[in-house]
Amino acid sequence: MDTYSFLREFADSWVLLFLVLVFLGVIVWVFRPGASEVQRDSANIIFRHEDAPDDSESGHLAELEPKEARE
Amino acid sequence: MLNYARIAALGLVALATAMAANYARDTAYLFHAIIILVAAAAAFIWSVRQLEEHPDKEAADAGMANVGYMDGVVRYGVIATTFWGVVGFLVGVFIAFQLAFPVLNFEWAQGYMNFGRLRPLHTSAVIFAFGGNALLATSFYVVQRTSAARLWGGNLAWVVFWGYQLFIVLAATGYILGATQSKEYAEPEWYVDLWLTIIWVFYLMVFLGTILKRKEKHIYVANWFFLSFIVTIAMLHIVNNLSLPVSIFGAKSVQVFSGVQDAMTQWWYGHNAVGFFLTAGFLGMMYYFVPKQAERPVFSYKLSIIHFWALIFLYIWAGPHHLHYTALPDWASTLGMVFSIMLWMPSWGGMINGLMTLSGAWDKLRTDPIIRMMVVSIGFYGMSTFEGPMMSIKAVNSLSHYTDWTIGHVHSGALGWNGMITFGALYFLTPRLWKRERLYSMAAVNWHFWLATIGIVLYAASMWVSGIMQGLMWREVDANGFLVNSFADTVAAMHPMYVVRALGGVLYLTGGIIMAANLWLTITRGEPKVAPAIAAAPAE
Repeated sequence: MDTYSFLREFADSWVLLFLVLVFLGVIVWVFRPGASEVQRDSANIIFRHEDAPDDSESGHLAELEPKEARE
Repeated sequence: MLNYARIAALGLVALATAMAANYARDTAYLFHAIIILVAAAAAFIWSVRQLEEHPDKEAADAGMANVGYMDGVVRYGVIATTFWGVVGFLVGVFIAFQLAFPVLNFEWAQGYMNFGRLRPLHTSAVIFAFGGNALLATSFYVVQRTSAARLWGGNLAWVVFWGYQLFIVLAATGYILGATQSKEYAEPEWYVDLWLTIIWVFYLMVFLGTILKRKEKHIYVANWFFLSFIVTIAMLHIVNNLSLPVSIFGAKSVQVFSGVQDAMTQWWYGHNAVGFFLTAGFLGMMYYFVPKQAERPVFSYKLSIIHFWALIFLYIWAGPHHLHYTALPDWASTLGMVFSIMLWMPSWGGMINGLMTLSGAWDKLRTDPIIRMMVVSIGFYGMSTFEGPMMSIKAVNSLSHYTDWTIGHVHSGALGWNGMITFGALYFLTPRLWKRERLYSMAAVNWHFWLATIGIVLYAASMWVSGIMQGLMWREVDANGFLVNSFADTVAAMHPMYVVRALGGVLYLTGGIIMAANLWLTITRGEPKVAPAIAAAPAE
């Protein structure tokens, strides 16, 4: 089989399947148990460190309350 | 040591470009060699003076380098965005009038200022100069705030900024002087492409370096969009610009791909330039500035993640819809059409996520013209991402392709979505970056909002009418199967719509000038922000 046909068939079978599974995996990952808590914290990143970087060694300590309980 | 190496390198570049100017085979190349010569010489002198004034600057800087956010480069980015925006809109208005009144293709400026030369100048000025600087400035601002870390790489961010401006100047002057590889949105010739590749790698290093040293555990979703924009544009740019220069001392190059492969590569590039430059990058802006201005977190963080991955997985396949009914195999154009239609889902998911961020804060629409701008922007994102997939359907495309409908569609996305979200971001950033209490004039923001919105409506509506009329006139046949209209008939029929379009452009440009003046007055005359006083108990 020439390279074009081989790559073409490989792309529209196994690679297509692989990419669809990766995409479905992302969706499952987003809805994993306990994700909401983490995502609520992530959504509030923009309200921290407005004026200066975090100079501590450990980084973010989740010391701030989220603006609103929402997911 | 590094300073001396840099000075030596700049000197060598100046020398090499002087020789290149001497051997130049065409005007554009000669002119560009002189521009680079001047830029390298200026950078050389600046570097030497830095050395004289601060012999131990490197030692002194080491302690200072990690303090605070690096906002100088963002400030320059805001200024550059505003400047190139007004320039790009101005050229756009001029070429719109050239189409309506061909006499504006002046005889004395033939070959330099006719529509064919100015059109790529307009598209590149608004997409790459206005949009590109907006993306540079906002990505540098957002990645620092959401990573709680200063930009990585010290002065590398400045190299990216000035290097990108040089790219813009080389591209723009090249079009006027006739250096183009005739690929839409990828017109700059080989040496300009090489330069942009270097700058883009630096950009990626600065952005990624900052993300790697972040203090937040999670990478905020806006940064994902920005990163995908930087990485994908690098890939698209390199593959679409594979070409062999005819001479090392000339601007002309020959494409490596030919025929339908070249066309497919071009539209794979062209559509993903829309998808990743004008969509993913600007969605990064949306996911930061809309929640910030609304003072509420994004509506659904889950949806934002799914929005991101769905957009990334689907967009890259949509390019073939630019080549319906051409030499491209049928399966390829069907594939492009199907993926374009699937893009409805992530696009509308993202639009809903952006709009619903305001839920519970809708009252801000009444009082805050900046939020209003952002909401209209997201609205246009939704409308143009509805219109685009519809136009990619083969039956619709057979009517719309090659007509002004396409131009109307592009401008509802570019003026509505990209322009408005950028204006919102500029109004958000300027008081913060220059430490001002507020913008100089909120009334001026309101004027800008209405001028821009009415301008877009005039533009899009006139191009819908003009485009659909044009498409219908082209395909009209009489009872014997003969075409009814000549091409010139359609041109004459479109004249009123072209005038309306140009007037829409004038309104949009006026809004841009008002914004430039407002931002300028905010910076020079705005009320300085007073640091909140430490609350002390009154001594009674």
